Amino acid sequence: MPFKDKLYRLAKRLLVSKEEAEDATQEILMKLWSKNENIGNYNNVEAFAMTMTKNFCLDRLKSKQAGNLKLVHSNYGDDSTSLQKQVEVRDSMGWVEKIMEELPEQQKMVLQLRDIEEYDFDEIGELLDMKPTAIRVALSRARKTVRKKLMQKHSYGIG
Amino acid sequence: MESDRIEKLLGKYLEASTSITEEKELRTYFTQESVPTHLEQYAPMFQYFSVAKEERYTKQLSLKTKRFNYRWLSIAAMAVLFFGIYFGNEYQKKKEAQYAYNETKKALTLLADNFSKGTEKVAYLNEFENAKQKIYNKN
Repeated sequence: MPFKDKLYRLAKRLLVSKEEAEDATQEILMKLWSKNENIGNYNNVEAFAMTMTKNFCLDRLKSKQAGNLKLVHSNYGDDSTSLQKQVEVRDSMGWVEKIMEELPEQQKMVLQLRDIEEYDFDEIGELLDMKPTAIRVALSRARKTVRKKLMQKHSYGIG
Repeated sequence: MESDRIEKLLGKYLEASTSITEEKELRTYFTQESVPTHLEQYAPMFQYFSVAKEERYTKQLSLKTKRFNYRWLSIAAMAVLFFGIYFGNEYQKKKEAQYAYNETKKALTLLADNFSKGTEKVAYLNEFENAKQKIYNKN
């Protein structure tokens, strides 16, 4: 399955935890496998699989919301002591990941699909059931948020 | 030099009106070594995007065959169960028939014994008749 990495990355973006994402991906691949015979009926298997992944992960999140979802990230304030440039860069990239975790689900997905998977607006619209203008707004917001928060972190880290 | 264009692209990028090729250009620009200091803040973002794209799904799919086995196992178990019930019944019937046969045999033997007792007595009676005949013949 050539796009299983994409499924996994989307799942990980939404579910955050590596194990959860792996489970979700496995589940989706298995579902696809069981639909093997009539898979030709879907004209775009990848888009179909991505939609499945999205729905599956959102369901997961919904069912987990009553549980312990919120304890995942709150303690990453003390990573400003790094001295070497390389470590700093790696830290900043970690920040981007953390910042993306804090985005609303929709913006998270739009940003993931656009800036990481390089989908065009039509594909994203099909996947997320959104109009192009809505995608543009969400994407712009997501990008601006990431930049803003990154600059905050940056100035804290340096100054 | 190039940074003018990049700045312009960044502006467009934040408004989400860049094309995919333009975004690619930004990404390659920020993943190279020398980025002007005033643009450095953007670097982690684009670098992260490039790195995140490389993440792979490495887990092996192992459960697939296992699940199928379970299904077949249940089918096999059902088959065995049905066979068991069927042949069990057959065996039970056979046993019952054997028992009935033995009982009948016993009863018949009993009957036969009593019959033979009867015939003995009748044979004795016959003797009596013989004697009587002898006496009649003499007279």
